[in-house]
Amino acid sequence: MKAPAFEYHAPNSLEEVLALLAKHGDEAKVLAGGQSLIPLLAMRLARPAQVIDVNGIASLGGIDDRGDHLAFGAIVRERTAERSPVVRDKAPLLAEALPFIGHVAIRNRGTIGGSIAHADASAELPAVAVATGAEVLVCSVRGERTLLAEDFFKGHFTTAMADDECLVEVRVPAAPAGAGWSFQEVARRPGDFALVGVAAMVALDSSCSIRECRISLLGVAPRPIRARRAEEALHGARPSAETFAAAAHEATAELKPASDLHASASVRRHLAGVTVRRALTTAAERAGGSL
Amino acid sequence: MTGEQAIRLTVNGTARSATAEVRMTLADFLRDRLALTGTHLGCEHGVCGACTVLVDGEAVRSCLMLAVQARGHDVVTVEGLADGDRMHSVQQAFWESHSFQCGFCTPGFVMSTVALLRENSDVDEQEVREALSGNICRCTGYQSIVEGVLLAARRAREEGSVL
Repeated sequence: MKAPAFEYHAPNSLEEVLALLAKHGDEAKVLAGGQSLIPLLAMRLARPAQVIDVNGIASLGGIDDRGDHLAFGAIVRERTAERSPVVRDKAPLLAEALPFIGHVAIRNRGTIGGSIAHADASAELPAVAVATGAEVLVCSVRGERTLLAEDFFKGHFTTAMADDECLVEVRVPAAPAGAGWSFQEVARRPGDFALVGVAAMVALDSSCSIRECRISLLGVAPRPIRARRAEEALHGARPSAETFAAAAHEATAELKPASDLHASASVRRHLAGVTVRRALTTAAERAGGSL
Repeated sequence: MTGEQAIRLTVNGTARSATAEVRMTLADFLRDRLALTGTHLGCEHGVCGACTVLVDGEAVRSCLMLAVQARGHDVVTVEGLADGDRMHSVQQAFWESHSFQCGFCTPGFVMSTVALLRENSDVDEQEVREALSGNICRCTGYQSIVEGVLLAARRAREEGSVL
């Protein structure tokens, strides 16, 4: 359980990071909080020749309130965001999901950007990013581009980033006025990897019908997925237990989650339905609807 | 950089310096280079919590941080808690509550508890269980550990014991 040898870089500027990535490409890994990368090194599942530690780049450490969205620099710790009043106020779905990540000691080091870049399909933040319509800013020496979270996640631990690109910022839209939200997951014990989970947002119109709805599931596919058909079916509907039970069925009936020793595919599918129903119910109540 | 690097940091209030390969974790550095073997290593991949230390006052798994990343930072290990022969209030409460059997996980539980109670000593049993969910114990069944934490918390609230 000791990491293989690597060359370690601790640059002080993003320019240096990008130059190193341009030079080393897929031989390099970016080290942010290290709560996923260092175990992978210890188990030698990853053997990068170069490790580029971005923790010394102070400009990547801020939470910036830009009115219509919050911008999280790549090294903002999960615990910092969890304690932040502006995150609770403007990104309540994110705030609700953060305490589900690992344990306190993990969140004290782990970063929002790192979790997004790691792209674990059973992790909380990728699902939240998809549900909130977050954008990811990635940079390389070739320039910068912004990707919608839904386009960013490609598969198990796989993103749309090229080998020479670095995640620099995660932009989480402010929750729409009057929207309700809910994050739900099922894990064997608090802090364990989730078996399944869901991030949901519901906004009601003046007649208490559903104006907008977003549902994103984790742990049921190689990447976080939107339940688009269920979202469309809910559009214009009035919140009710029956409506949400039907939406939960719609969102999960055709899922083909993995089976492993933690849960079979059918258990995961069932639990996904339960979490979707609970999340929609809570989100609608928070949006001011009565069921 | 590769090979052995000079690591200067503060450990338990004292400036320390030693060398480490860049791939060496903070946990191995504390144990093997600074001979602070109170920090225990159970799983070495961030699951068991035995290696929990404080870095700049926050609980951190020292197996999930490289020693080079701790340069210039302030680290507190279980050896840094007692005042001479006088146990830290969390250690005292654990001792009185029999919050351990074999003791392997105890340093991690103690450090996690110190961090928890420094932030908030007004905790109930459920909050304690949640806060310590990242520390694994194979002997006690946790009941006596939770009792120890609640005793330390009560003393912090009622007697203002130093955390």
